[in-house]
Amino acid sequence: MIELVSDSRCIRCDLCVKACPTNVFDAVPDGPPVIARQEDCQTCFMCELYCPTDALFVAPEAERSVTVGEQALADSGLLGSYRAAIGWGEGRSPGARNDQSFRLLPLSAKKSATLKPTGA
Amino acid sequence: MSQAFEGSAEASSPPVSSDSLNLEADVLVIGGGPAGTWAAWSAAAQGAKVVLADKGYCGTSGATAPSGVGVWYVPPDPELREEARASRETMGGHLADRRWMDRVLDKTYENVGKLADWGYPFPTDDEGQPARRSLQGPEYMRLMRKKVRAAGVRILDHSPALELLADADGVAGAAGVSRQTGQRWLVKAQAVVIATGGCAFLSKALGCNVLTGDGNLLAAEVGAELSGMEFSNAYGLAPAFASVTKSAFYRWATFYYEDGTVIEGAGSARGRSVIARTLLTQPVYAILDQAPEAIRASLRASQPNFFLPFDRVGIDPLTQRFPVTLRLEGTVRGTGGIRIANDECGTSVPGLYAAGDAATRELICGGFTGGGSHNAAWAISSGTWAGQGAAAHARKLGANARQRNPLGTGRATLRPAVSSNATSLQDADAIVRGVQAEVFPYDRNLFRTEAGLSDSLGRLDSLWQDVQARPAQFARTIIRSREAAAMVATARFMYRTAQFRPETRGMHKRQDFPALDPAQQRRLVTSGLDEIQVRAEGAEYESRERPTVTPPSRGAVNQGVEGAASAAE
Repeated sequence: MIELVSDSRCIRCDLCVKACPTNVFDAVPDGPPVIARQEDCQTCFMCELYCPTDALFVAPEAERSVTVGEQALADSGLLGSYRAAIGWGEGRSPGARNDQSFRLLPLSAKKSATLKPTGA
Repeated sequence: MSQAFEGSAEASSPPVSSDSLNLEADVLVIGGGPAGTWAAWSAAAQGAKVVLADKGYCGTSGATAPSGVGVWYVPPDPELREEARASRETMGGHLADRRWMDRVLDKTYENVGKLADWGYPFPTDDEGQPARRSLQGPEYMRLMRKKVRAAGVRILDHSPALELLADADGVAGAAGVSRQTGQRWLVKAQAVVIATGGCAFLSKALGCNVLTGDGNLLAAEVGAELSGMEFSNAYGLAPAFASVTKSAFYRWATFYYEDGTVIEGAGSARGRSVIARTLLTQPVYAILDQAPEAIRASLRASQPNFFLPFDRVGIDPLTQRFPVTLRLEGTVRGTGGIRIANDECGTSVPGLYAAGDAATRELICGGFTGGGSHNAAWAISSGTWAGQGAAAHARKLGANARQRNPLGTGRATLRPAVSSNATSLQDADAIVRGVQAEVFPYDRNLFRTEAGLSDSLGRLDSLWQDVQARPAQFARTIIRSREAAAMVATARFMYRTAQFRPETRGMHKRQDFPALDPAQQRRLVTSGLDEIQVRAEGAEYESRERPTVTPPSRGAVNQGVEGAASAAE
């Protein structure tokens, strides 16, 4: 579940308030958004992808709230780790470009040759 | 009822305001996942004025956005297409339709090509060709939002639809509420596309908590039919502590008991039933220790979200064991949904169209989908057709249509037959827990029996009475109450229909009827709300009595169900 909105990193853009599909955050005038409905968090990590400053942290525990420390998360490189893996943000290239599912899921059990798509 | 709890929970939600945002459109699309965005884009491409209302945020909402999906994308090579059609026919219990498979294969191939043209960053395979059989959800849905906006569609985010509007000529819009401002909204439209996704009963399966079966309720309230609702018991593998239901990679897993011995027969594909049975009495652990060294880097590059929970708790799933669970994905990865009545993805009600997981997917995969690929292809194709169909319907109604004066059709929680005290958020949550208690347990929903279905239906029918009451006037309470009603309705459709299929076919497993019965190779159609009726497709609704078939002997049951279950998986 969502556990952290970093006051020091947050730039008050409220993109997380907009992008959260389950409406977990509330905007606050002149302040960082608050986690208003943590129990509605579905642990989908989408807010982290839309946060331009890696100010959010979603802990993987979906059923219970856990205690996190901002400094420890920053030191371990976990703040913003998912956004980096997806390749979003300034100076990054999309991770989708490196999707190697084609190596994992053969197109055909009988015919292993890759056929050339037309067009595009 | 604790007033303190009531106050604090509901104070974090705006009261519903008296003013309303009123819009007019040719086509209203409800839901902004893959199917909804393809529908909105396609209707707009026909020249229609389109509004798209999403319960969450179009771009992050739904099962696809936080995930990655394979796509049933098969080049038009006769041999490959034949293999693609044949591959799921047996698993799906021979309820699919080859003509629809061909349509979907063609449309998906065409539209995935459009995604490439629109700039989706497809990778290049080892032969230097674009690889288009996988989509990463965040990238895909961000692109779809962009395309929908560029097409001139007006998007209403955080705007759940509460009810459809209709008049004598059919469906004519919808009304809802903004959950962030409390403002009501009302869109008068000549046609409506329901693309609200399936129903996973707030199980926290990845991205699924916006998927509460809302479309089933909306459709049933205007008299539309559903199909395949017995195929509604998909469960996804996930680490026990986490939400990431990515079952595909568990093909490389070995499953263990607490003491470290291997669970024989357990597997992600053939053998998920063994995992479920074991989980009924004890924890199950997994290690992805069968993944060959050569593909390990590809796993991470292909599905970064699979590794996310592990990285954050410090487990290497390739070498270290972790507890697993099966989270209900219900009709999201089931195949039941609103019945499709024609090639434009129209329903049995004029002006109402259905697409994606809100609609039945039996037409292309019968009673089983092994994963996202068919559902992704179906969303792309059905969305495109529904958008076109809705736009054509609006055009046909013409300019006079603006004079329509439709009324709200919502019943449960909105216009209850019997008035009672206002429902609080707490009451709605209690109803949700009541439904979950009937649909989550593996020994009720995955392994079905007449006794279990009938027992659950008794309580679900009673919940259906409880959920009728009018909710307190807070946006969150109104929305959650309607979600609760949609989930109760969906569970009743599922189990009532399951009673009418005394056999094991596709994902529908009857312990008391463990074999496939060739005489039941037909789809089941469901309708009604207070009284639910089921009929065989092509036949009339006859009686409310269930077919009576004598169950086989006990020994045969136990032997048979595992065999049938693994065949189906």
